Amino acid sequence: MDKIIRVNMTDLSTRTEAVPAAWAGLGGRGLTSTIVAAEVPPTCHPLGPSNKLVFAPGLLTGTPAANSGRLSAGAKSPLTGTIKESNAGGTAAQMLARLGIKALIIEGLPKADAWYSLHVSMEGVAIKEETELLGKGNFAVIEALEARLGKKTGILTIGPAGELKMTAANISVKDPDSKIRSHGRGGLGAVMGSKKIKFISIDDQGAPKVPIADPEKFKTAARAFAKALLDHPVSGEGLPTYGTNVLVNILHEAGGLPTRNFTVGQFAGHDKISGETMHDTIVARGGKPKHGCHAGCIIQCSQVYHDKEGKYVTSGFEYETIWGLGADCCIDDLDDIAVADNLMDDIGIDSIETAVMFGVAMEAGILPFGDGKGIIRLLKEDIAKGTALGRILGGGAGSVGKAYGVTRVPVVKNQGIPAYDPRSVKGIGITYATSTMGADHTAGYTIATNILNVGGFVDPLKKDGQVELSRNLQIATAAVDSTGMCIFVAFPALDIPECLPALIDMINARFGINLTGDDVTNLGKYILKTERQFNMAAGFTNEHDRLPEFFKIEPVAPHNAVWDFTDAEIDEFWNF
Amino acid sequence: MEITVKLFAMFRVGRFAATTKKYQPGISPVDITTELNIPEKEVGIVLVNGRHARLDHRLLDGDILSLFPLVGGG
Ligand code: SF4
Repeated sequence: MDKIIRVNMTDLSTRTEAVPAAWAGLGGRGLTSTIVAAEVPPTCHPLGPSNKLVFAPGLLTGTPAANSGRLSAGAKSPLTGTIKESNAGGTAAQMLARLGIKALIIEGLPKADAWYSLHVSMEGVAIKEETELLGKGNFAVIEALEARLGKKTGILTIGPAGELKMTAANISVKDPDSKIRSHGRGGLGAVMGSKKIKFISIDDQGAPKVPIADPEKFKTAARAFAKALLDHPVSGEGLPTYGTNVLVNILHEAGGLPTRNFTVGQFAGHDKISGETMHDTIVARGGKPKHGCHAGCIIQCSQVYHDKEGKYVTSGFEYETIWGLGADCCIDDLDDIAVADNLMDDIGIDSIETAVMFGVAMEAGILPFGDGKGIIRLLKEDIAKGTALGRILGGGAGSVGKAYGVTRVPVVKNQGIPAYDPRSVKGIGITYATSTMGADHTAGYTIATNILNVGGFVDPLKKDGQVELSRNLQIATAAVDSTGMCIFVAFPALDIPECLPALIDMINARFGINLTGDDVTNLGKYILKTERQFNMAAGFTNEHDRLPEFFKIEPVAPHNAVWDFTDAEIDEFWNF
Repeated sequence: MEITVKLFAMFRVGRFAATTKKYQPGISPVDITTELNIPEKEVGIVLVNGRHARLDHRLLDGDILSLFPLVGGG
């Protein structure tokens, strides 16, 4: 039977509860956001005793459904002050699902000046004091825990950034190769650090298979779903070959690649950091061009990147990180970017927030544009060690902008704007402005339709149709984020008519229910409205659904586009 | 007239990354993809001077044509 487990860090107790009827049909983001909205006072301090950190596998996680092994983490974000959900691959989600844990809710703050770990197994959750691994990087934590508890142990961990409660800190998840995937955005690592939990280990030995109400129906739907994923050119061929980094050249050509802290839309060094170059480099050095972040991923957008000597440097080397340190910081050396990517994983800091932050830090004069070695030094010497400068940098782009008086600070609700310029790709600007998460491209990935011709085409340089596009995608994404599916299933879902019905059929077969397409849309709407309600009660208004002023007054080359939506046009987003 | 043709992702394999050469006036991207043996249904994105265009768009002297297969990321 599925259950909810509560861990109270104030009195160091744990409690297993039955799943309330209202939560039964929810998973992933739908569940974390429902719990946070119901139980966390919106005005509480995110690092104080009233915030809760919630983990929830998706509705289909743990089943044989392709690409369904993502874990959602939710809380009130210390970076944005809004509600937050961030999902990641790795092995933890499927283990939690097999253990029948629908949600793990961590509450309260310890009274003693001590650090703890949680161990999750068939016996429930055990809270133990932890001393040995404090201050250690995430890779050392994973290595030590595999030695201590066995190779198969699932691990959620925070690095020094989370221990220091930096608002850009993430939560790392062990992947099938004992490397790292991350609940990256919104500073959830700081929330885990505030609760003094260094790591959560998971042992699913003895756990039964995830039950499926109608196995035959499930099998048929799962086959149709997998076929759609493999048939679509983006998920079937593009992503596995070039990874997400294929976007560098596309956005460069389209003039939407934010460069030199969002001052131009094209980067002269684009080809040196492109997906094409990365692919050839990986192959030449004996790395892996394709790789999955969890068992059951059949798209495999990830990769393993080696150095010149053929030694492992990093994996899960994503477009956003490469864009951020590359074009936005003007670093055209992929090896330096790879080293920095690995360091960010080890320190446990969001690679998007940190890359955007370094662009602002360069504008502030902390280091020159293009200084890859300088970034590596600041990560190691300042952020990892928590020096005074390191803490300012670890607070993300907004923090550095404030401390140094920079006016060109690309954030919405204090969260760094990722890899697509909203002036020249206008749909994504609507998503940045209105997302309940702060600037977040995944919340409503209009790049698909603005740039990639997936799901039709809406001209990126015009205002027409952008609000509707972003709205539809944000609603659909909120629902998909509840299934445990990786968001890249959206590419086939937008183009192949059998894909979405197959996904819904799998959910129906899993639970023995009869959801329709409308039910799924309504779920997405419910999630967005629940999150928005929380944010409004936390003090957010329409006036926070805005992009920074510089986007309106500084045209971006080559199209000389500006952000020209009126406030009323943006506010139309919530008209549903 | 002179056109710069840029190819990306799998389109580069066995072809080139970028080239500038002379073409007959009045041609369209589809004439160039045909010449390069790129089947129409494999063309995902066509940009002319950084703006989305169709395969039958009329090219002008000095244009930059960027051709991508259907790829994506995020
Ligand atoms: S496609 Fe990429 S992000 Fe999605 S599940 Fe596979 S490896 Fe993870």
